[in-house]
Amino acid sequence: MLRALLARWKSSLRLFQPAKVHPQRAKISVAELGHRYANKVVALKDVNLNIRSGEFVCLLGPSGCGKSTLLYALAGHVKPTGGSVAIDGKPIAGPGPNRLLMFQEAALFPWMTVLGNLKFALAARGVPRAQREPRAREFIRRVHLNGFEDSLPHQLSGGMKMRASLARALAVDSAVLLMDEPFGSLDAQTRVHMQELLQSIWLRTSKTVVFVTHDVHEALMLGTRVVVMAPRPGRIVKDLEIHLPMPRMPEDARLDEMARYLRMLMRQVEGPEGGPPPPRPRTSSEMSLQH
Amino acid sequence: MKSWAQKLGVMVLLLAVWEGLARLGVWSPHLFPGPVTVAKSLFAVAADGRLGAAVVRSMGRLGRAYLISVAIGVPLGLATARLSFFRNAVKPVVMGLQALPSICWLPLALLWFGLNDSAILFVVVMGSVLAIAIATEDGVNAIDPQLIRVAHTLGVRGARFSFGVLIPAALPGIVTGLKLGWSFAWRALLAGELLFVSGGLGQLLTIGRELMDVPLVMAVMLAIIALGILVDRVFFQTVERRVRRRWGLVSSM
Repeated sequence: MLRALLARWKSSLRLFQPAKVHPQRAKISVAELGHRYANKVVALKDVNLNIRSGEFVCLLGPSGCGKSTLLYALAGHVKPTGGSVAIDGKPIAGPGPNRLLMFQEAALFPWMTVLGNLKFALAARGVPRAQREPRAREFIRRVHLNGFEDSLPHQLSGGMKMRASLARALAVDSAVLLMDEPFGSLDAQTRVHMQELLQSIWLRTSKTVVFVTHDVHEALMLGTRVVVMAPRPGRIVKDLEIHLPMPRMPEDARLDEMARYLRMLMRQVEGPEGGPPPPRPRTSSEMSLQH
Repeated sequence: MKSWAQKLGVMVLLLAVWEGLARLGVWSPHLFPGPVTVAKSLFAVAADGRLGAAVVRSMGRLGRAYLISVAIGVPLGLATARLSFFRNAVKPVVMGLQALPSICWLPLALLWFGLNDSAILFVVVMGSVLAIAIATEDGVNAIDPQLIRVAHTLGVRGARFSFGVLIPAALPGIVTGLKLGWSFAWRALLAGELLFVSGGLGQLLTIGRELMDVPLVMAVMLAIIALGILVDRVFFQTVERRVRRRWGLVSSM
């Protein structure tokens, strides 16, 4: 029984492969990145990460592990105090048209309608006037918000606001989409819908997505790669590719096993001192008891 | 409906007490006329056109001064909020001058401009421009930083940022500032008009005092109250409510 469990557990973990991306072939390359906030908190220390074009990378970790700081450095909103961040071989100096950052809140401009928000974003990105409206309407349709083009943000529900925000992010058509726990404030049902929507859109386009989350399941459902980070100081402890085809089924038992492994990793790094990992089979059975 | 009844009740009660006190004859009827006498005086001064002319004169002045105040105050407030030079160097000056009641500028204004409209305009502008600037600055500082970040990630900059994001986002605060500036300007205007021959509502009050025409004084006071309520409550509060509703700061219903 135990041996069978161990075998199955081992076999699903085989779907995790350590990610090895050569810096030369990476779209985004982060090298020896360090960041120290003005209050001396070390948010990031010696972070190396190379992301290929078209990957869906989930940055996973407990709060305070610097995952948002890393994302903001990629967006150009935070200027790191050490190391280098480059996209397409060019160092990142600030926000640019090849990247778009999406926040936990929808952050729509409250005085503009949904359509107005999209058109404004397109105008800012230099889309010619004649193309703005058809393109905005197309993306509103893609996130299933048709009929709400002329609504103001405060007239929409939380999930609809997020969809409008997603439509805005997709409409400007940046090659890289940076998402900071975008579905963190939604209820479970809406969240699953948003994940499915994002995935279907990502599968159709060839965008590179960096997605910050603290939800293991979300990372496993969406990511082609999951990067586990640890706090104090913020660093990367595991960088794993997920070799499971999309779309993934939430009921997939293999995902459960993988989630247990990731949760165990996170629990270890969250502890006061990151001691050696406990013997694996015991942890596994403990986890299944809790489940 | 009920609140309207309550308001009406209090009004009637006040008028009744006023009339009662006047009829009691504790004070001379010349000095303390009842509401009926005042109403008659109000109709008389309105009928012979003096009130209308004074209102037009005062409002014309106020309008001009207020436009100048807005044209200076709003950009000044925006600059104070966004540019470090203005924040560090100009803001303390603005705060310091704000401590000076606007009517204190009148002696200086009279010496500089003489006994004419410019002097009053100057006093009114000094009274409202700083309040507008400070409220505008507060409005900008109260902008959700998330909106600024979104604007940056979308690549909104320059004039499109100022007019497309900054000013609309600060608009609820700016409208409050405009309302505040208006009431400051209104006070400064009447204080200024009281002090010399100006042909406005303030002067009408002075005439009433000089002729010992207390009903006229009270009638003009009522007219001033009515005008103030009309502009402040009816105009500014409507605009403010509309903006706040559109911005989603209050529930729609």
